[in-house]
Amino acid sequence: MYKYNDFDEAFVRERVAQFSAQVARRIDGSLTEEEFRPLRLMNGLYLQLHAYMLRVAIPYGTLSSRQMDQLAHIAETYDRGYGHFTTRQNIQYNWPKLPDVPAILSDLADVEMHAIQTSGNTIRNVTADHFAGASADEIADPRPVAELIRQWSTDHPEFQFLPRKFKVAVSGAKADRAVIKAHDVGLYLREQGGEIGAQLIVGGGLGRTPMVGKVLKDFVSLEDLLPYLEATVSVWNLLGRRDNKYKARIKITVHEHGIEDIRARVEARFAQIKPAFGGIDMAMLREIETAFAPPAFRNAPTDAFDRAYNNDPVFRAWTDTNLSAHKASGYAIATVSLKTPGQTPGDASAYQMRVLAQIARDYGHDELRISHEQNVILPHVHKSDLPAIHAALKDAGLATANIGLVSDIIACPGMDYCALATARSIPVAQGIATRFEELKLEQDIGPLKIKISGCINACGHHHVGHIGILGLDRAGVENYQITLGGDGTEDMVIGERTGPGFAYDEIVPAIERILMTYLDLREAPQETFLEAYRRLGMDPFKTALYPPKEEKAHAA
Amino acid sequence: MPRPFTPKAVTANALLEGDVIYLDQSGQWVRDLRMAQAFTEAEAAEAALSEAAKDGMVVGAYLTDVKLGEYGPEPAHFREEFRRTGPSNYFHGKQEAEAHV
Repeated sequence: MYKYNDFDEAFVRERVAQFSAQVARRIDGSLTEEEFRPLRLMNGLYLQLHAYMLRVAIPYGTLSSRQMDQLAHIAETYDRGYGHFTTRQNIQYNWPKLPDVPAILSDLADVEMHAIQTSGNTIRNVTADHFAGASADEIADPRPVAELIRQWSTDHPEFQFLPRKFKVAVSGAKADRAVIKAHDVGLYLREQGGEIGAQLIVGGGLGRTPMVGKVLKDFVSLEDLLPYLEATVSVWNLLGRRDNKYKARIKITVHEHGIEDIRARVEARFAQIKPAFGGIDMAMLREIETAFAPPAFRNAPTDAFDRAYNNDPVFRAWTDTNLSAHKASGYAIATVSLKTPGQTPGDASAYQMRVLAQIARDYGHDELRISHEQNVILPHVHKSDLPAIHAALKDAGLATANIGLVSDIIACPGMDYCALATARSIPVAQGIATRFEELKLEQDIGPLKIKISGCINACGHHHVGHIGILGLDRAGVENYQITLGGDGTEDMVIGERTGPGFAYDEIVPAIERILMTYLDLREAPQETFLEAYRRLGMDPFKTALYPPKEEKAHAA
Repeated sequence: MPRPFTPKAVTANALLEGDVIYLDQSGQWVRDLRMAQAFTEAEAAEAALSEAAKDGMVVGAYLTDVKLGEYGPEPAHFREEFRRTGPSNYFHGKQEAEAHV
């Protein structure tokens, strides 16, 4: 893992000192709220419905056990004993008090973490494939490039007052697990003629105007990557609409000017700035790469795994759903579900965080990842250790076997916490997960991604859910719109709206009708919901959701 | 004819704790909506808001619609219902504070 150098350390400490003084000046009245607000947002501190919320970056979703322990310590000392992992690989604390925030930031700095640029019109936390460095289908580890971008974008003087926020994601695998095409800039690391480079995708995004990102350049060599990225942000920084915040994101700029025009401008800007980089970026990347060398994988028999697999059905069910293929022989990637039916998606208690840290220390080469799907990943575990890992997870209420299934739902905090929300998300996720657990249909339904947002800004990625749910305020009551057929992979598709929305107490039954229709109409159990939807189209689901009037009367 | 005025309360978040507060009849900030002053005239409500907004120990003061209930003002919108109660996934926030009284 990357270790802070002297520069990183000094910068983060200085920021803590500055913010401590700013908080003190706000409390003693020397700063007005108007003056203080941009300062607190620069440091990830929001004011939400019931309290402040501190958003802490987990760069490219990677944590060491020591960092996870510290997140637990913060949750316990300054908050309500838990944290919420988000779709942007951040952790949010929902109950910090303003006078405590400097101490929290100082505790974060102790473990090389911060909350800088987790808000505001800046380049935000760089996200990456949560299986980075581990997955069998990987071409190149995305983390060194992501770390280089983190260093470059942190406090970048040209990019502190962008037209709007700017999100970058990096994937180095064949399968896209990082929703690359829904980012302002997404990078697919690729190999061409023996050289690693990136396909650069621009102008993707969800929110009010969902758009699938477009290819800006098919292959950018690593030598050109940082200047090319800087040229892209720089072109948008000048061209982006500052007159209307709903039209300020780069997706609108690309849409309005056309990809050809943007490409020409970026090429021109790139030619201008490339010489100034002078190779320092590559020197930094080479140094960063050494920090991400693979751990010393051990060569050991997997008999213990096989024995447990054959004898313990609970263990078998968990491994069948929660493990993914690892690049090293004898190893697996284990996804730990934070989606036990009835629980809040993405929440972990301080105790659970400590258990995860201990497992990573004992069995996981000290590494943990947070996925945009709000789960925790043990990226490198030897199969022979899995029975012990599973037992430890079970004791901590972390052994739910539901990854990629109906109850593995993404949900934003919604109106239970968020000041921007127009409806609740969490209870809808809890309701769906609990209902399908009662029905015992989860395994039968198979692979399914349900994603819920509590407002149009789409933090819950509802547009790319196989089933997407968007909570709105319609005439003073919560109302939920459904979209079907969304897909967040490399073949990204924006889901299609079924029709009028559903009231809060109608949304869970509506999802049940959709899935019962799927079970009735699928060709075989192997045909997934998404495949069935693509074959059948919207009509049968619409009929199930909006039955003709006489049928309704009969049902009543 | 002008539309009838919907009663209002002045609400904000406390600077230090960040929790939801309301202005009462004596101009003090209270934690319970039922203790808040309900303004039935636009002018008086606006005047109270502009005075309250000067308080450096509160953040984001605004006027919220209320209904006049038996025990004092009630929220007119579900957002305000959540603000005065707390989240629905945990027993945290105001609902918890009230349980300790």
